[in-house]
Amino acid sequence: MTTPEEALEQAFRDDWGRIVATLIGGTGDWDLAEESAQEAFARALPAWRRDGVPERPRAWLTTAARNHAVDRLRRAKVGADKLRLLAVQTASDPPGPIADDRLRLIFTCCHPALGFEAQVTLALRTLCGLSVAEIARAFAVSEASMAKRLVRTRKKIVTARIPYRVPPADLLPARTAAVLGVVYLLFNEGYAATSGPDLLRTDLCAAAVRLAAAVAELLPGDPEAQGLYALLLLHQARAATRVDAAGGLIPLEEQDRTRWNRPMIEDGLALLRRAALAGPLGPYRLQALIAACHATAPIASATDWPQIAGLYDDLMVLVPSPTVRLNRAIAVGMAIGPEAGLALLDELSTADVPLREAARADLLRRAGRMAEAAEAYRRAIDLTRNQAEQRYLRGRLASLG
Amino acid sequence: MRYLLMISADEQVAADAIAEGAFADFTDWIEDLRRRGVLRVHEGLRPSPTATTVRVRDGEVLLTDGPFIEGREQVGGLAIVEVADLDEAIAIAAGHPATRIGQVEIRPLRDGTGGTRAA
Repeated sequence: MTTPEEALEQAFRDDWGRIVATLIGGTGDWDLAEESAQEAFARALPAWRRDGVPERPRAWLTTAARNHAVDRLRRAKVGADKLRLLAVQTASDPPGPIADDRLRLIFTCCHPALGFEAQVTLALRTLCGLSVAEIARAFAVSEASMAKRLVRTRKKIVTARIPYRVPPADLLPARTAAVLGVVYLLFNEGYAATSGPDLLRTDLCAAAVRLAAAVAELLPGDPEAQGLYALLLLHQARAATRVDAAGGLIPLEEQDRTRWNRPMIEDGLALLRRAALAGPLGPYRLQALIAACHATAPIASATDWPQIAGLYDDLMVLVPSPTVRLNRAIAVGMAIGPEAGLALLDELSTADVPLREAARADLLRRAGRMAEAAEAYRRAIDLTRNQAEQRYLRGRLASLG
Repeated sequence: MRYLLMISADEQVAADAIAEGAFADFTDWIEDLRRRGVLRVHEGLRPSPTATTVRVRDGEVLLTDGPFIEGREQVGGLAIVEVADLDEAIAIAAGHPATRIGQVEIRPLRDGTGGTRAA
C-alpha cells in the first residue's frame, strides 16, 4: 500500500516537469506555470491524506495546477487570452503521456541565446523541480540572487520571444547537441570543480544525472542522448570512492571497487548496449565506452588499456581537444609503456592543459625517472587551484622519497 | 515581433573588407529580406568620427566629438525586422556578412507585442 507521502514523492520525481511544461504550453507564462505546479503539490498532501491517493495522481495534480492557474488569471483579469488557451487545452487534453511538452521545455531552457548558468538553473527548476534554495546551494550563491537570476532568464525567454518548441528539422541537430552540451558541462562542473575547497560537488553531479535521465527519456531515438546518460551514470557510480574522508582525491587505480555503485553501472551498460544498435559512435558514446572499460575491470591492473587507447583514437578524430589528447597520451602510456605516453605529452603545452604536468609526473614516476617526476609534481602543484588536487599531488611528491 | 539588429565591427577592418569585395553577398541578404517582406528599416551609418554625442547636465548642453562609447568596434548599420520569434531573427542576423568579421546584436523592441508576456 502506497502512503500519500510516497505517492507524492513519486509523482514529484515523475511528473513535476510534465506539469510545468504543460502549463507553460497553455499559458506562455513561466512564473505562473511554476507557481501553479508548486501549489498543486502543496495541496495534494492534505487532500490525499484525507481522501486517499487518487487513481491517477498526475491527472489530479495537473487539474489542480490548471485550476490554480485559471483562478489566478481570472483574478488578474488580464489573462483572457491565456484563459481561452487553457480552456481549449483542458477540453482536448489527451490523458496519455505528454512527452512533447517536456521536450519543448528542455529545448527552450537550453536555447543557445541563454547563458550556461541560465540554461541549467532554469532546466533544474522547471524540468527537475529542484527548489530555488537547492539550486542556489549547488551554485554557491544566495537564494535571493538565484531567484533573481531565474526571473531574468524567464523574462528574456518571454520578451525576446525565444520560441517554446521542439526546433524544426534544420535546427534540430545543433540544438540537440546544445542540450547535451549543457548537461555534460553541468556534470563536469560538479565532477571537477575548477577551484575551491571541494573536489567534488555532489549536488551538481546528481542534478546533472537527473537532467541526463530526462533528456535520454525524451530523446529515445538519439544514441548520443543515451550515451551521455550512460556516461554520467558510469562516472557517478564511482563518486563515493573518488574522495577520501579528508576530501583528498583517490585516483582510479586506488579506488575501492567493491564500493562502486553496481546497479548504476549496470544501468549505464544496458543503455550502451541498446544504443549500440544505432549508427556511428559520437563523442558521448565513445566516452561512455571508455568509462565502461574502467567500470567493468574487476581490479585496476585488469583494465583493458589497449581498448581504451583505441577508443581515444576515435574520440580524437571527432574532438581533437587538448584534454582528449592528454587522456589519449595517458592511455597509450598505460597500454604500451610510459615512454610512449610521455612522447605524446611532449606535443601538448601546459598552457592548453594544466593537467599535463600532473600526467607527465605520473608517467615519469612509472618510468622510474624519479628526479624528473618530482620536478613535474612541483610544477603541477603550482598549476592547480583545486585544493583537493593540490593535497593529492603533494602526497604523490612525498611518496617519491 | 520586431527586433533591432545592430551591426557592428572594427571600422577599419570593415572598410577594408568592403573594399576587397568581401561583402558582395550583402545584396543577396537584403534582397531576400525585402522579398519576404520582413524588413521594416535598414540604414547604414557614416563612420564614428562623424558622430556627435549630446548630454545635458544641470541644464547645460554638453557636446562630445565622437560616439558615446569610444572603441574600435562601432555600430555601422541598423535594421529592424519583423519576424515570428528570436530563432528567425538569429537566422537573419547570421546571414549578414558583417557577422564574419564583427557581430550583430539583436534587441527586441519594446512596443508592439514584445512587451506582453503571452507567447
